[in-house]
Amino acid sequence: MSSMHTTTVSERLSRKLSRNVRERAIELVLFLAASVSVLTTIGIIWILIFESYHFFEHVPVWDFLTDTMWTPLFSTPRYGILPLLLGTVTTSLVALAVAVPLGTVIAIYISEFASPRVREIVKPFLELLGGVPTIVYGYFALTVVSPVLQYFFPSLPGFSMLAAGLVMGIAIVPYISSLSEDAMRAVPMSLREGAYAMGSTRFQTAVRVVLPAAISGVLSAYILGISRAVGETMIVAVAAGMQPNFTMDPTQPAQTISAYIVQVAMGDLPHGSIGYQSIFAAGLSLMLLTLFFNIMGHLIRRRYREAY
Amino acid sequence: MAKTELKTELKAETRDFNFYYGDFHALKKVNLPVLDKRVTALIGPSGCGKSTLLRSFNRMHDLYPGNRYEGAIVFHPDNTNIVDLKVDPIEVRMRIGMVFQKPNPFPKSIFENVAYGLKVRGERSRSVIEGRVESALRGASLWNEVKDRLQQPATALSGGQQQRLCIARCLATDPELLLFDEPTSALDPIATANIEELITELREKVTILIVTHNMQQAARISDFTAYMYVGELVEYGVTGDIFTKPVKKETEDYITGRFG
Repeated sequence: MSSMHTTTVSERLSRKLSRNVRERAIELVLFLAASVSVLTTIGIIWILIFESYHFFEHVPVWDFLTDTMWTPLFSTPRYGILPLLLGTVTTSLVALAVAVPLGTVIAIYISEFASPRVREIVKPFLELLGGVPTIVYGYFALTVVSPVLQYFFPSLPGFSMLAAGLVMGIAIVPYISSLSEDAMRAVPMSLREGAYAMGSTRFQTAVRVVLPAAISGVLSAYILGISRAVGETMIVAVAAGMQPNFTMDPTQPAQTISAYIVQVAMGDLPHGSIGYQSIFAAGLSLMLLTLFFNIMGHLIRRRYREAY
Repeated sequence: MAKTELKTELKAETRDFNFYYGDFHALKKVNLPVLDKRVTALIGPSGCGKSTLLRSFNRMHDLYPGNRYEGAIVFHPDNTNIVDLKVDPIEVRMRIGMVFQKPNPFPKSIFENVAYGLKVRGERSRSVIEGRVESALRGASLWNEVKDRLQQPATALSGGQQQRLCIARCLATDPELLLFDEPTSALDPIATANIEELITELREKVTILIVTHNMQQAARISDFTAYMYVGELVEYGVTGDIFTKPVKKETEDYITGRFG
């Protein structure tokens, strides 16, 4: 840049010129940074579809969607996604049965009942819970929760979707509670005052007015929880067992889509084989599943949004 | 406005009432009578404490930490001091309705908004609730506009309709006192006229205390007016007198627009 005290017209103009060039450069850098995320997504989708296409050249799509056996390691392998899908759905349902009620209650408590002091103590703990690596949760499920459950239900196997799902639920609680709490805290004070002025108790205000007002945010927190449960890998890989199982009985061991991908990626199947390519088909299924929930979340948010 | 008999029983009164926001002394020794089945207006410049006084009547200040009441707000005929901390604020609010500056309908249907207070008070009977909802909506001159769409969300109504819905929400529970905190300041002139007309009708049935920024409004709808300035009650009297022959110089200056 030219020095500040020279003020001839041509200099001021050239300064403006250099400023324009700089602005353009900054804009370009920002644009490239934003492009990275878009290009990565496109790249992932392209590879998934490309590799899945090769897989589906050997395995008919209809078999993939309807066969109830997933046995890629057998001499006559069968590739039916349903057992893995049921494993994913069952562990996710168990997890949500824990995470949705617990996360909602925690959010209501922190947002509407806790004193600022209590809030300052509880929130960091929840964030800590959300920061625990999922592999730690996995071994917690396997070495603590499973034995405890077996103490009460002796017939329960050492690996079960129940143990994995319960711990996965705990792992998801912070996501649901923190997003729900944000949504509830965003409800304007005037609405709470209106509720109190009608003679509501704190509980009535929280449950009958604040929660419904925050419902779009709370529902999208649930959807995010579902997406996380569906995609969660390490907990189920460690604690739910590794054999595909065509069942929705949570007391059984089973494999989820994500856990299967881990298994193959760890080298059980030779690179380039059809079995290897099956992880791309599995990955594509998983991505379509989470995409479906994300779109649902978007629609719900639009449908229930309250404008204040 | 025809005012046959102005003096009636006292519904409520403040006695040497002080209020503090933390260290800030917001209301100073206020003595205000609120007469039964009459409209009492609180006027004064911004920050004079009129909203603070209004919100003391239903213990709204309890919701925020560091607030303190001193003195008494006595409710008649039972002589309860409603700012006594031993008195349950919920019981106080059960007897008093409040309409806010900005319409704040709940995120529920029109019907559920009006039924809310009844349900909070433990009313279960569907037929009782339906009857009260209809009469409250009629009382708030809203029935004809919404009777065919009671299940629609209240937020779909216009601002003026929302405000009348908030009035209906209060009326459904038969309050002894209705508090209005600048109820028309967020509304257009036609909606404002509707609300003012409604308040004039309501004074037959319920005691009303209203804060307003608009002096013409106070003159139009109130029976008594209290002029407040920096936390003190400067002058109180029959509205006609306050606006035509105020006793205090400050009141006259404010009313004639020389200040405020």
